[in-house]
Amino acid sequence: MAAGDFLSRIELVSPTAFIKDKVQAVQDYAVLSGRAIANLFSQPRYFADMMQQADLVGVGSLPIVILTGLSIGAELALNSANTLQRFGSLSLIGQLVSVGMVRELGPIITGLMVAGRNASGMASEIGSMVVTEQIDAMRALGTDPIKKLVTPRVISTVFMLFFLTIISDLLGLFGGSIVSSLLFGLDWHQYWNTAYQILVFQDVFMGLVKPVLFGFIIATVGCYYGISARGGTQGVGRATTQAVVTSSVLILVVDLLVTKLLMSVFAYR
Amino acid sequence: MAAPPSAIEQGIPSQADAATNAIVFENVSIAFDDQVVLDGISFRLAKGETKAIFGIAGAGKSTILKLALGLLKPDAGHIYVLGDDVTQMREAELFELRRKIGMVFQESALFDSLTVRENVAFRLLEESNVSEEQVEAPVREALSFVELENTVDKFPSELSGGMRRRVAIARAIITHPEVLLYDSPTGGLDPVTSTTIVQLIVKQRDVYKTSSLLVTHRLQDAFTMATHYFDRKANEMRPLPPGERGEVPMAFLILRDGKVIFDGDAHELAQSKDEYIREYIS
Repeated sequence: MAAGDFLSRIELVSPTAFIKDKVQAVQDYAVLSGRAIANLFSQPRYFADMMQQADLVGVGSLPIVILTGLSIGAELALNSANTLQRFGSLSLIGQLVSVGMVRELGPIITGLMVAGRNASGMASEIGSMVVTEQIDAMRALGTDPIKKLVTPRVISTVFMLFFLTIISDLLGLFGGSIVSSLLFGLDWHQYWNTAYQILVFQDVFMGLVKPVLFGFIIATVGCYYGISARGGTQGVGRATTQAVVTSSVLILVVDLLVTKLLMSVFAYR
Repeated sequence: MAAPPSAIEQGIPSQADAATNAIVFENVSIAFDDQVVLDGISFRLAKGETKAIFGIAGAGKSTILKLALGLLKPDAGHIYVLGDDVTQMREAELFELRRKIGMVFQESALFDSLTVRENVAFRLLEESNVSEEQVEAPVREALSFVELENTVDKFPSELSGGMRRRVAIARAIITHPEVLLYDSPTGGLDPVTSTTIVQLIVKQRDVYKTSSLLVTHRLQDAFTMATHYFDRKANEMRPLPPGERGEVPMAFLILRDGKVIFDGDAHELAQSKDEYIREYIS
């Protein structure tokens, strides 16, 4: 009886309708992203909103970025030290942590942390505004919600994630240096020297292009799910979850593609 | 149960008519998920007139307001607002038109992270490069119109439902729009607060001569508006003298099954022989 009730309530969706729905979602996301960028070139520009979002995204995310950066660098050093010791190459630990953090772990961990914190925040804030008709009210008052709400979030997230990633990279290196010197007795000066010397332009470029793309993904996905929220508080909750999941998955996929692309472009060592 | 009355047949208004009317709906249809909500409706709102829209829940009353504002696009038909065909306008063009229109939403739709002052001043701050000091006077004026001057620094969550509705009215009228759209402004409010809001709508109609569409379930509110005028000297709403009923620009429109089944003044409504309408107004 209960199972029958449950099955009777399941709405079957045809594969065509399902695909059409997904294609429509991608199209809507592309339009939203395009308009968010196009709004940069037209008045009015909401500097106060950008500053407010920069504070929320940048300063607000600083504690988790500091903690994750430090711990990831320390863990990277700790895990790689055992392997390097076997080959008598413990002195290379600075190089390994440096390249690992700057090229890959710094951007991706910071991106994922900021996605978890801010994509959800954006989706829930804008989603709540949608279900309480505040977005309609904004449109009724002659204000473009994409210009007022989405564009400042995109700009602020891209800008702040860039600097948060630099902070995360440095703290990761710092965490690695603490582990190397305290647990493995490596010379502090040697660690920093090798960590600095191994880095080339391509590493730094790759590490700083990624947060720009990740920041864009976090803000646009968060805002897209917020604007698409339907169905009251339950819908807002669903939008929040979807925003975090989608932005995290997109960050991982884009990271892989960008890494491969830049490696090909730079004919990587 | 009364038999469904036939829809009102109306001539199709020309665009020239649209320029002389505040709002013209011309064979407008819209459906949501295969459910037809409005089925080729046509009506006009004359400049300076207030038209109350009635119908059961889901009849498409709020949809009419959203269509007039360009928040929704109809599946068919044309909607002229202040002479512009909103069905043919892009979103960017609609923002310009919406600056001449004020809307009071069903649940007020105040920005909950902004204070009353910021909510009421929102449109002024968005439209021009004015400072918050410069908008203080118009904000005070709009809030004094709704008798809520003492709430400027409060957040919407600190206000009662009736107060929120009045702040929403203040936000809608601050730029003295040519058209006002009210979506159930008295819904869910106590009789005293409802009367206060009805008085504000009558004041807006008689003092500023604003054209308005009013969605409501409360027939008594619309009849009060049709039988009262705003006395500027006494600064209060007063009943029309006997024999002057119909002297105020107030009309009624009733929807049923996606069609307009009545469009006329209070006298015509009271005289209607239609069973459904008689049942509705009884």
